[in-house]
Amino acid sequence: MDELPATQTSVLQVRNLTTRFRTRTADVYAVNGVSFDLKPGELLGVVGESGSGKSVTMMSLLGLLPSPPAMVQGDSVMFDGIDLLRCTPEQLRQIRGARIGFIFQDPMTSLNPVFTVGFQIMEPLREHMGLSGTAARKRAQELLELVGIPDAERRLTDFPHQFSGGMRQRVMIAIALACDPKVLIADEPTTALDVTIQAQILELVRELRTKLGMAIVWITHDLGVIAGIADRAMVLYGGQVVEMAPVAELFARPLHPYTRALLKTVPRLKGPRAAKLEVIEGQPPIIKAPPAACAFRARCSVAMERCSRENPLRRPVGPEHEVACFWDASTGTAHHA
Amino acid sequence: MLDATISTGNATPAAGGGSTTKTPPLVQVRDLKMYFPFYKGLLRRHAGDIKAVDGISFEIPAGETLGLVGESGCGKTTAGRALLRLYEPTSGKVMINGHDVMALEPEALRRIRPTMQMVFQDPQASLNPRMTVAAIIGEPLLEHTRMNSVERRERIYELLDQVGLNRNFANRYPHEFSGGQRQRIGIARALALNPKFIVCDEPIAALDVSIQAQVVNLLEMLQRRLGLTYLFISHDLSMVRHIANRVAVMYLGRIVELSDRDSLYADPKHPYSQALLSAVPEPDPQSESRRQRIVLTGDVPSPANPPKGCAFSTRCSHVMAHCRVAAPALTEIAPGRQVACHLFTNNHTTAEPTAAH
Repeated sequence: MDELPATQTSVLQVRNLTTRFRTRTADVYAVNGVSFDLKPGELLGVVGESGSGKSVTMMSLLGLLPSPPAMVQGDSVMFDGIDLLRCTPEQLRQIRGARIGFIFQDPMTSLNPVFTVGFQIMEPLREHMGLSGTAARKRAQELLELVGIPDAERRLTDFPHQFSGGMRQRVMIAIALACDPKVLIADEPTTALDVTIQAQILELVRELRTKLGMAIVWITHDLGVIAGIADRAMVLYGGQVVEMAPVAELFARPLHPYTRALLKTVPRLKGPRAAKLEVIEGQPPIIKAPPAACAFRARCSVAMERCSRENPLRRPVGPEHEVACFWDASTGTAHHA
Repeated sequence: MLDATISTGNATPAAGGGSTTKTPPLVQVRDLKMYFPFYKGLLRRHAGDIKAVDGISFEIPAGETLGLVGESGCGKTTAGRALLRLYEPTSGKVMINGHDVMALEPEALRRIRPTMQMVFQDPQASLNPRMTVAAIIGEPLLEHTRMNSVERRERIYELLDQVGLNRNFANRYPHEFSGGQRQRIGIARALALNPKFIVCDEPIAALDVSIQAQVVNLLEMLQRRLGLTYLFISHDLSMVRHIANRVAVMYLGRIVELSDRDSLYADPKHPYSQALLSAVPEPDPQSESRRQRIVLTGDVPSPANPPKGCAFSTRCSHVMAHCRVAAPALTEIAPGRQVACHLFTNNHTTAEPTAAH
């Protein structure tokens, strides 16, 4: 759907990814033509509310969704010279957990309670890197030290329930980093944590990025986390990328009505207090047909007649800044394209 | 551009931090304790207590909102439930609207229940999936009033209007609603009996960002219109700054700081409040990159085995020898500001040189 220049340098290049779920009553269009590039070493923030398609996008491109009900289509998802959409399940299995690492939201449900933490860190090392028992053990200990778990050697024999929430998320990060991935996908990794523990994990990720240099996709609904950690951000609504920009630019000059409304609706810790919070009326949509109109139009304050006729394409509005909207925020009028 | 839209300042009704003491308190809590015993061994010997709430005191003037903040496990939810006597508290005194809640016999307690209500965190779990919206909202009316079915239906419609739900939804079931709408149903149920005091236990934590503002605006509008008093329990410090007049910060079962909202956010005194506020990420890349963060080491200690002295001493960067011996009491350090920290009492010695880790 979107035309982006094919850059040789991207580690991950997604083109026109579409995912729908077949349910008994209707098809639900969860991801509708998502395209983006992930550059080496960058941290790309993916922002959106529940149902915006942020997790489904990432799970689709790695073949993590059971089919049926999921149907994943697209032009291409290029990673390391391979098109992930055309890989066999076995080929994908080789890539996941090895060259692409994951961290999920809830560290308690994503760790197996009946195996020791050491076993779970060593699993990908044995599986993907063919390390022997002692070598895997040594590497596992290094990984726990890397993510800042004190007394790493002894903790390898502990079970997940013996770790606190923050420590468990550190273990998850250690597992994700086990095979030196080129890309790390983090799906709301700090949402289940308290703010002071979240601050610890964010600090750890900042440190690990400079040390290891992998590219990271960070999915979150928290604009504050994005502001503090990401280089670029991509805003999803109704399964589409509505705005994409470097982080400083996105917060200083948000151009999509949804991004603008979202930034206004969050109360701040400092500065003047609003008497009444700005509200985005209505609910996020559940899309049951291929989108032929703007998904945000029903909640949009500047919606025009054209918005219900046509689905706006993403267009460049500044350096690396793209927005999918017919309205021109700089002039306050309709954009003629 | 963004700033221009949020510059209306302190114009919230019933706000204005300084004027809080004029109205008599509707809610008074004195030294509330809620211990959960735990047992060990073959004979199930009483091995100790988890001191979920360990002696907290506060007041809420009528028509105001007290924010109760803290991280998971600090006892904020337990405190909210204990003061409504949803749990049987270990000790303490709670006065709500002139009633000594802790001293009441079950039947007398039941009679005053209408004045004090609760809105729960998870609207999915707190609404019976087999009851229609009308039945859910109407249940307290059935239980506590002598309304006939026509009057009840009228009242249900009135409540649906108040929380901004369509009257035609009355015969639908909770699963047919979105999270925000379910929370509106929960609020309508809490309002059914014309309460004076509502404990809102993380009412927006399970909702999407764009829906949170809708629910908070609704709570504020209802407060203005019906003169409600809220205890707003939350871990979202930005939202508490928006809704509360006064804020209590809890750590491991105790209130470590209790202050009017503006002073707390401008100048937090307790080292834990400082760390907590500095840990909240702000949606502003410029200030985020310049920000001096206080990153606490370690985790919250177990309430079954709290540290000796000040509970925060294991993570505090200002810790002194004295802190590991005696727990500081909540003391007034300025009008309307109370802090429980030895840094603000006179009898402290010099800082322990090796302490900062």
